[in-house]
Amino acid sequence: MNTNTEAIRAENLTKIFKTRRSEVVALENVNLSVKDGEFLCLLGPSGCGKSTLLRILAGLEKQTYGKVYLKAKNTEKPLTAVVFQGDSIFPWMKVIDNVEYGLRIRGVPARERREIALKYLKLMGLEKFADLYPPQLSGGMKQRINVARAFASDPEILLMDEPFGALDEQNRLILQQELLRIWEGSGKTTVFITHSIDEALLLGDRIVVMTAQPGRIKAILDVGMERPRDILSIKSSPKFVKLYREIWEYLREEVLKARNFTGSGGK
Amino acid sequence: MNAVEQKLNRSIKIEEISGDSDKSQKGSALFLKILSFLSPLFLLLIWEVLAKLNAIDVRLFSSPSRIFAALLPLISSGELLYHTLISAGRILLGFIAGAVPGVILGLSMGLFPPVRALLMPLVAVTFPIPKLAIMPLILIIFGLGETSKIFTIAIGVFYLVLINTMAGVLNIDPIYMDVARSFGANRIQFYTTVALPGALPMIFAGLKLGMGTALLLIVAAELSAARAGVGWMIWRAYDMFDIEKMFCALIVLAFLGYIFSYFLDFIEKVVIPWKNS
Ligand SMILES: Nc1ncnc2c1ncn2[C@@H]1O[C@H](COP(=O)(O)OP(=O)(O)OP(=O)(O)O)[C@@H](O)[C@H]1O
Ligand SMILES: [Mg+2]
Repeated sequence: MNTNTEAIRAENLTKIFKTRRSEVVALENVNLSVKDGEFLCLLGPSGCGKSTLLRILAGLEKQTYGKVYLKAKNTEKPLTAVVFQGDSIFPWMKVIDNVEYGLRIRGVPARERREIALKYLKLMGLEKFADLYPPQLSGGMKQRINVARAFASDPEILLMDEPFGALDEQNRLILQQELLRIWEGSGKTTVFITHSIDEALLLGDRIVVMTAQPGRIKAILDVGMERPRDILSIKSSPKFVKLYREIWEYLREEVLKARNFTGSGGK
Repeated sequence: MNAVEQKLNRSIKIEEISGDSDKSQKGSALFLKILSFLSPLFLLLIWEVLAKLNAIDVRLFSSPSRIFAALLPLISSGELLYHTLISAGRILLGFIAGAVPGVILGLSMGLFPPVRALLMPLVAVTFPIPKLAIMPLILIIFGLGETSKIFTIAIGVFYLVLINTMAGVLNIDPIYMDVARSFGANRIQFYTTVALPGALPMIFAGLKLGMGTALLLIVAAELSAARAGVGWMIWRAYDMFDIEKMFCALIVLAFLGYIFSYFLDFIEKVVIPWKNS
């Protein structure tokens, strides 16, 4: 595993949404490089274009200008898997079938994919619910299925859009720890969107802070804390506090800017 | 006023307390069942009493006991069953003949914008035409035989199923399509794992509406040029001024409607296990 090669590169990405009445510049000139096996966190004020960037990387949205390169090491595996922001679990499939979905699409034999899916359900603490339908589950449980589904498909690149946003604090802590454990064993290149500075520092190798709309890259910070990480000891380290402050300064500026922008209806 | 309020408060309290335990929840469900069983019984009773008191004209409105007396020979002679089976057969055939193309076309129109663009104007223009208004035309084209009756029912069912199915596909949350796309689903996989299951609840809503229309249309279809069927019985009873027989036929129609919707509910539970499970 050569960690110096690039897995993702975005060059001068710009995305403009045209609606009937107006144009929204969601992303403007975003340049980004993610190393192979790196865990990259994206932070930014709401509406700054994080999801849009992720959707472009996933091939679900076409950029208006610019170029995206994703590198596949192993062509057997799917290139990307997405954990979507919000509820994206199929209500018409049992929990286990939801987790199997990516494998089923790829034509993995039934027995094998059931085994894999069960493994990830167990990791998420949901094996008891395998045969239920999602409408019977809580929002937090669905979000965990969402994560399990992406992991089970074993992609080269994981794209996660606020996967723990809907969870309560306790479950979030447990799942962050769990995610760290699974991820540190997998070496998957990961782009992870979050609203939480804590979470970004806990999980990320690097953190990208984006500006308020139009989304540009404001700063990139190296977290540089050793792995495997332990959530509690990280939170009490002086480095954590220092980085937290730095990121908060960047974000505060942007959040205030976004508020003024919408507040006065102009610049 | 105060007393009433107190009573209200108390009944609310009782409900709250009883709502806690599973047992009394079952008890109150039973109570509700009994209530909904009692209301028709109560209506029949009033009807009978009014008839007995001569408060209503039994020659026009008949009475439960008279209808019951007329019903027995109709059943024992097999006459009623004969007409019922004939009508049920027509409804079933017409229903299938309308629902199957309705689902297929509705799915295609929902999934493929060109198909939608092509067919939507035709559907929009022809849908509002009352199906009864085209019955004479159907009779001229298909003659007086079975085909014209089945076709009348089929056309009524077809539109309702088609429109509901298409709406079902169009209303699927786009995030599910994104999931399918992001995992690389091809067209057929998308169709079987997202479009069809996602539209099923609406398809069933359409089927149920279609069933109601089928019952409506069978009576009209059997008015003209039929020699059997429940609808024919009604029109025949009208000619003979046989009010009791007419009511017997109405009972059969209600019964048919109940059986068919029970059947549809059953299939829905099997096919859509995720809904209110
Ligand atoms: N399909 C679309 N059509 C038009 N505008 C869109 C569309 N998708 C996103 N936008 C706009 O693009 C901007 C960025 O949206 P995006 O969802 O990427 O934000 P975000 O950073 O993910 O926000 P949040 O943190 O709240 O999820 C927003 O102003 C949004 O209104
Ligand atoms: Mg978002």
